[in-house]
Amino acid sequence: MTTNPGDAFIWWEWITRRPGEIWERTIEHLQMTVVAVTVGCVISAALTLIALRYRWTLGPITWIGNLLYTIPSLALFVILIPYTGLGFLTAQIALVSYTIQILVRNMVAGINSVPASVTEAATAIGYRRLHRLWAVELPLAAPTIIAGIRIAAVTVIGLVTITALIGNGGYGAFINDGLNRRFSTPIVLGGALSILLALGVDALLMLVQRAATPWTRRRLRPRSS
Amino acid sequence: MNAIFNDLWGFISTADNWRGSNGIAARAQAHLWISFVATVIATAIAFPPALILAHLGKAPVLSVGIANIGRALPSFAVIALVLPISISLGFGLGFWPTCVALVALGIPPIFTNTYTGVANTPAALREAARGIGMTSPQVVMKVEVPHAMNVILTGFRISAVQIVATASLGALVGYQCLGSYVIEGLAQPTRARDRLLTGAVLIAAMAMIVDFLINRVEGHLTGWRSRLR
Repeated sequence: MTTNPGDAFIWWEWITRRPGEIWERTIEHLQMTVVAVTVGCVISAALTLIALRYRWTLGPITWIGNLLYTIPSLALFVILIPYTGLGFLTAQIALVSYTIQILVRNMVAGINSVPASVTEAATAIGYRRLHRLWAVELPLAAPTIIAGIRIAAVTVIGLVTITALIGNGGYGAFINDGLNRRFSTPIVLGGALSILLALGVDALLMLVQRAATPWTRRRLRPRSS
Repeated sequence: MNAIFNDLWGFISTADNWRGSNGIAARAQAHLWISFVATVIATAIAFPPALILAHLGKAPVLSVGIANIGRALPSFAVIALVLPISISLGFGLGFWPTCVALVALGIPPIFTNTYTGVANTPAALREAARGIGMTSPQVVMKVEVPHAMNVILTGFRISAVQIVATASLGALVGYQCLGSYVIEGLAQPTRARDRLLTGAVLIAAMAMIVDFLINRVEGHLTGWRSRLR
């Protein structure tokens, strides 16, 4: 409860005076995340359908996804600036390209993990290819697919903060502001809110997965990145 | 398209831009050096406890927790936060603040993947190793680590690539690296487009090269798997 921002690591008064700005940034951060993950899901679903229908395309699709994933987000933002300018579109292209690798990998793994006996039984009782995919394979693959969406969403929430450098940013705007003024309070605020948002969205998606696939009783098991 | 390529090529092909303490050569070297140091420290911190905990079958919740926190941790915030802490503790700007942030980002993938790989060793393998008289350290080094090697190396690769990518942000806290071109360029995006693009392309290239090289090592070290089948 100090009044001297120069000495205190967190100046609580600075934070409590800005409920409006915090709310605004939260909405902006969520908006950017939801758009990026939704567009990423649509593109990844299309790529997964192609990869499942024409098996030889899985290699190239995975390769391109990995390439996009490896390019650092800051570099990708900057390379896109001459084409799409400083702003929302540039940020979205970079964020979406980051989700593809995560989502396609989980979608393909989910569909592939459906036991052959199940798909054969579905075919035997008269399911056509697309109907079977929709009514049999998709529900069984749902836990793996939603796990991918969780990872993508959490990753994107962290990356959105970097878009503050090209004029967007959500909570990243606080961090950028703090950096420019050598003032720690907004940096702590932006970082902490970003982590809380990520954990919140992760928990929410986990509940969605439980509700959508009540037949799975998930055990707590470590997973690799 | 052409104008952009010319900007880039114009900057990269000018010999003067490579020389001196702010030149491409010095900055690329600094970028690689800090990434290397951070990766080594992160491995030293994350690898041994993950190995021991997984071998003992302890703390699976900790492993999942570290993985989740690691993904949720925004690298931009970590690196920005290091600045005021470092100044208030008297360490100043530059190498060490950046390095600390990079280490923090590098730990989770190495820890989680090492833990997961070792913990998922089939019980039969472990029991067989015990059965032929191996001691605990032997079971770890001769059975569990080789069995988990590809998962461990994947974690290491994710960490290293993420560290190389994030080292660019070190430029924000006064560390001269390839990210400095981007930060200088963003300060005046119309006049310094050549610097901006050069920085971005070199950062992307460096991340991809590191990814490629570790992938090769991965293939080399786990080649015995394909020979077994």
